[in-house]
Amino acid sequence: MKQYVIIGNGIAAAGCIEGIRSKDKNGSITVVSKENHPVYCRPLISYYLEGKTSLDHINYRPDDFYKVNNCDVIYNKTADKIDTVNKTVKLSDGTELHYTTLCIATGSSPFTPQFKGIENVKHRFSFISLDDALEIEKVITKESKVLIVGAGLIGLKCAEGLHNRVAKITVCDLSDMILSSILDKDTSPIIEKHLKDIGIELLLSDSVDYFEDGKAVMKSKKVVDFDILITAVGVRPNISLVSDANGKVNRGILIDEHMKTSLDDIYAAGDCTEGYDASLKSDRVLALLPNAYMQGFTAGVNMASGSAVFDNAIPMNSIGLFGYHVMTAGSYISGNDSSLTDTQMEDTSAKKFFVDDGVLKGYIFINETEKAGIFTSLIRNQVPLDTINFELLKNIPTFTAFSEKKRRKQFGGVV
Amino acid sequence: MKRVYVNEEWCLGCHLCEYNCAFANSGISDMVKALKGKQIFPRITVDGDDKINFAVSCRHCQDPICVKSCISGALHKVDGRICVDTDKCVGCLTCILVCPYGALSVSEHGTVQKCELCIENSVSGPACVAGCPNKAIVYEER
Repeated sequence: MKQYVIIGNGIAAAGCIEGIRSKDKNGSITVVSKENHPVYCRPLISYYLEGKTSLDHINYRPDDFYKVNNCDVIYNKTADKIDTVNKTVKLSDGTELHYTTLCIATGSSPFTPQFKGIENVKHRFSFISLDDALEIEKVITKESKVLIVGAGLIGLKCAEGLHNRVAKITVCDLSDMILSSILDKDTSPIIEKHLKDIGIELLLSDSVDYFEDGKAVMKSKKVVDFDILITAVGVRPNISLVSDANGKVNRGILIDEHMKTSLDDIYAAGDCTEGYDASLKSDRVLALLPNAYMQGFTAGVNMASGSAVFDNAIPMNSIGLFGYHVMTAGSYISGNDSSLTDTQMEDTSAKKFFVDDGVLKGYIFINETEKAGIFTSLIRNQVPLDTINFELLKNIPTFTAFSEKKRRKQFGGVV
Repeated sequence: MKRVYVNEEWCLGCHLCEYNCAFANSGISDMVKALKGKQIFPRITVDGDDKINFAVSCRHCQDPICVKSCISGALHKVDGRICVDTDKCVGCLTCILVCPYGALSVSEHGTVQKCELCIENSVSGPACVAGCPNKAIVYEER
């Protein structure tokens, strides 16, 4: 009987469990969970603060998930070291677990900026775990003034979650635009204006110089009065288990299309990994929930001696912010001889397409969400645009842009 | 498993399926009260141009990327059908971001909605199929 061990208990781990059980109903599965919660929907922590989900609803799977899948979960422990010769994992309490195959799904850790005086800030938090949200909830009041450092996905979702529960929110970022990982200079102003209209104070191209007496003195010399600080400047993949065992790592743990690391019988999945981006045609960290699940599932199938490949991961995001909705996918390749961009801008909406070598490489949609998956699929599968009526599709998401043969396959058969 | 298919050569583009779908999922027993003067939120939509029409609804994929991508655990499989738990859905629209068939949409409540083959509502069998005047939409094994 195989002994499966999974380090981590997030979405990638859940995918891994389901992948293993799709092939092997009998092997033992042990999950090592740093957090004292069953697998929950990490991106929903802002919705929790906002009141759109609750502790009863935030779990990713039904209450009997581990029981049905016959898994042992070891809570409140971390894995300290892998012994690849004896095939054991040493846990933080000194116990050792033997594995036949191992999956590293350790996620990422928030990067904490070292601003002068930050150690004296009484209420400071990251915003990547449910416990972060629960701790923040304990200290916020209707009078709270919140400073969020980082205007990326995490920082802005945090701002949305807190908006109706506090008096004032200020968000600063070193970049001169918000959501710099998914938007560009053309499209970010639409969301920036919306955030300002909602009452969020944005300080761009600015950062904290030092903290003093409940105030943040910014590089711009502006002084921000606050009582709760949230740092959301980025995360780092947790790679040390594999790097310490001399496995190959870059920014993330390097994996192939089977989710296998460079170490024998050791797989990795989720935010701790660096895998192939089919739109960019090179490796990068793709820390996204859908990829975490699909990587985890693929790893699980292969750990259980099945054969699964996941080789068409792409960056993609769907994010609502105060009633606006941003959808993005792929890579924003532009400026090459072979590339062209197409931008349709309105006051409160936008569609921007990035085409290179005759295939769609990426898009940015603001408040244009209908049937966006048609475009995501074009990127994921690198569909040659000369095989469809892309000019039509850019204006209306319609399947008349595809050939009759393609349509019959999509809508007339089992897929 | 039986699924809803459209034979595009027979689709008249009449949009009756959209109305029958909205009515079947309204929870209201009177069609006039359910639909008259209201914006409808059907889970099947008629696509097409001046030459061809075809109704589009969930394919109930064998390997559903919407379920794998759902960030709230709301989308799940029940006996091959893809269903959404509207209590869990937060309206992030990641499913719309990934569905290659454009088969999910936003409901009047802000959560997503999709064809669930009229199993849980009060209709016996897909209402779009039952009401299709030219039998272009069928419910069968393929």
